[in-house]
Amino acid sequence: MNASMGAVERYTLTLPSPLEIVLTRNFAAPRALVFQAHTQPAHLVHWWGRTGSTLPVCEIDLRPGGAWRFVERQSDGREYGFRGTYREIVPPQRLVYTFEFEGTPGHVVLVSATFDEVDGMTRLTSRSRFHTAEDRNGMLQSGMEAGAAESCNRLEEYLAALS
Amino acid sequence: MRADPLSITFATLADPTRRAILSRLSSGQATVNELAQPFALSLPAISKHLKVLERAGLISRGRNAQWRPCRLKASPLKAVADWVEEYRRFWEASFDRLDEYLRELQSPEKTQAAPKGGPPRRRHRIAAPARTRPRRA
Repeated sequence: MNASMGAVERYTLTLPSPLEIVLTRNFAAPRALVFQAHTQPAHLVHWWGRTGSTLPVCEIDLRPGGAWRFVERQSDGREYGFRGTYREIVPPQRLVYTFEFEGTPGHVVLVSATFDEVDGMTRLTSRSRFHTAEDRNGMLQSGMEAGAAESCNRLEEYLAALS
Repeated sequence: MRADPLSITFATLADPTRRAILSRLSSGQATVNELAQPFALSLPAISKHLKVLERAGLISRGRNAQWRPCRLKASPLKAVADWVEEYRRFWEASFDRLDEYLRELQSPEKTQAAPKGGPPRRRHRIAAPARTRPRRA
């Protein structure tokens, strides 16, 4: 999947397993600011959402267990709702929350965002894991084993070839 | 919870043995015996995984009662790939905007006069206007 991306020096994506998407991005700003940009509506309305969209609704209850809900309005007027729950809030280094598109309820992603300072930049590593029903029931604890790495890679190639 | 196809596919892919079976099948059809070989698993255990994969629509099995070769079915995996791609695009676009927003926020000439809802100054990676200059913090 890396092959299709522009601006490779700033942006990478890997699929460590079919269930996990890791996005890495460097920002030219202190990490306290990058963290605030992720957690304060006054900042979020300026950037959250796809190109050309606005954020008419940006509700945040920033505490573990607190809910968030955003509505993204695209330039054609269509609106898309997103929601989730905060799991872990450790300013300015870590933010864990669930992410769900209201158009496809039940597809819950667990996002773990880590903010690191690297050479005066902030490196954001956003690890998204599709939250299966088994996860929610607490039955699946094993995660991705090293022994499966090769098959993961091959499956990843296969998925990449399909897309 | 609602068992929609994408969730079923993800749940099915959560198991490393099942992923390995799919990987093997991505290079061609195989029998249960052939699939069992690389694993320290009994045939019944492999058969159980194959049943899960079949129920999830990720494989199909031949009609021949003796041979019953397994074959990968691409469409659920394609749905996963499409979903991943859409998710990636969403964040890529958002992070592009965040990058620009952080630069604007820290730019000295913009700190005084930056009313909310000012003119959009978005930089699109694909069709960046030639006059756009990178702003430094």
